[in-house]
Amino acid sequence: MKTRLITRRRAIVTGLASIGGLLLTRYPKDLPPTYGNLLRMGDTLTYAAHRALLPGQSLVKEYTEHDITSFPATGTTDPGVSEKTALGEEYRRFHAGGFADWRLPVEGRVSTPRTFSLAELKRLQSRSQITRHTCEEGWTAIGQWHGVPLSLVLDAAGILPTARFVMLYSYDDWIDSIDLLDALHPQTILAYGMNGRDLPIQHGAPVRLRVERQMGYKSMKYLKRIVVADEFDDGGKKGNIQNGWAWYTGI
Amino acid sequence: MLAQVESASIVLHHARWVRISHWLLSVSVLTLAFTGFVILMAHPRLYWGEAGNDLTAALLELPISRNFEHGGWEKRSRFFEKADGPISASRTFDIFNQNGWGRSLHFLAAWCLVIPGLIYLLLGIFRGHFRRHILPQTRELAPMSVLRDLSDHLRLRIRSATGGPQYSLLQKLAYTFVVFVAAPLMVVTGLTMSPAVTASVPFLLQLFGGYQSARTIHFFSFVALVLFVVVHVAMVVKSGFKRQIRAITVGE
Repeated sequence: MKTRLITRRRAIVTGLASIGGLLLTRYPKDLPPTYGNLLRMGDTLTYAAHRALLPGQSLVKEYTEHDITSFPATGTTDPGVSEKTALGEEYRRFHAGGFADWRLPVEGRVSTPRTFSLAELKRLQSRSQITRHTCEEGWTAIGQWHGVPLSLVLDAAGILPTARFVMLYSYDDWIDSIDLLDALHPQTILAYGMNGRDLPIQHGAPVRLRVERQMGYKSMKYLKRIVVADEFDDGGKKGNIQNGWAWYTGI
Repeated sequence: MLAQVESASIVLHHARWVRISHWLLSVSVLTLAFTGFVILMAHPRLYWGEAGNDLTAALLELPISRNFEHGGWEKRSRFFEKADGPISASRTFDIFNQNGWGRSLHFLAAWCLVIPGLIYLLLGIFRGHFRRHILPQTRELAPMSVLRDLSDHLRLRIRSATGGPQYSLLQKLAYTFVVFVAAPLMVVTGLTMSPAVTASVPFLLQLFGGYQSARTIHFFSFVALVLFVVVHVAMVVKSGFKRQIRAITVGE
């Protein structure tokens, strides 16, 4: 048999290997733990595949004012009522004072830890976007969000080069995190306005996160604290993973 | 290699890769169907367009969980001055929701469908399986033979099992529909429900007319696939259960 330098099989194998090599460089190095749980392994595969295969900072579709729809408020709809702890007490006090005393610390792996008042956040350059909220339950709603890009807030505090995740704490006692690709995404904002008014209590007042390329539950309401971290932290009993939910929900 | 395949096709047993694909894909499809139903139970309402929720009108609402037509909405308020404009309301009803494991298992099963499914499609093309066994031949599509096969099936005159891929016309059409229409449509409408995927491929939302349209098409493709599985299993039983099971497992 004649030996050929390039056979079809060799071309396919080499081609696939080089594609694989290119993708590996985009494969995220810091993956959430799987705890030996098959479901969490699937979540991680989806996360790694999205990060390796999808372009990094593509924007979600934005709609017009005519597209705005009714918007259910689910989960916590008032931490001042549902949280029977000091946290609820604190939220009630801020609520009564029109959130003038509310502060958002930005700390952790940053060069200058900062604390922002609502007025200070509003003084930063803002962004308005009409996007689709996609709930894991299956419903969707379109609303207009007004707020400051999270990247500006992180820049103001100066994230350190070793930082990999941004952790979020809320007044309904929840802890979550997003990776830097989502945190620095242009449409990831700290929203203080909804449909042209101040963000209503049911939808996360005074400030909520909007992370548009993931399911609704990643857009944390009632923000309390932001911590930049070098390593993944599942948030323990207050985080999604230990409550049986996926950490990455781009799907 | 090619000679082997050709000689195997003369005896016409199911090739080993066909048997392995059949069972791998069966397990993932059944898992997808089950978890998909559990996910639908959390919000058994279907819509058309981009957006739809409990505060908007549904195209169809299915009585499959206690979430069916549930009430429990308070603090209704209008976003704008307009009387019939969009509203907000807070949910007080404790809904059925098993999506924590339901969604993750659905997507795990989807990986087990997509990866072996792509390998199956490549092998099917390159080994001539689709051309020789699955796609109907032009001569089979003559009106007389179509009518004959249709009337045979309607009178439940089902050929007994041959233990290999000598399929009747309707059988070929059913397999063609599943492999080239329903399953790909299922995967693509599924991907259209991923906000990360549609951020990169916004064309998908245009193609199906929005997120909720894609979700509704996803549901009706599921119904079509369930009907296929029911008829498929009925035909296996009717044409000789033991022989067929032997053929698709050990290859006999």
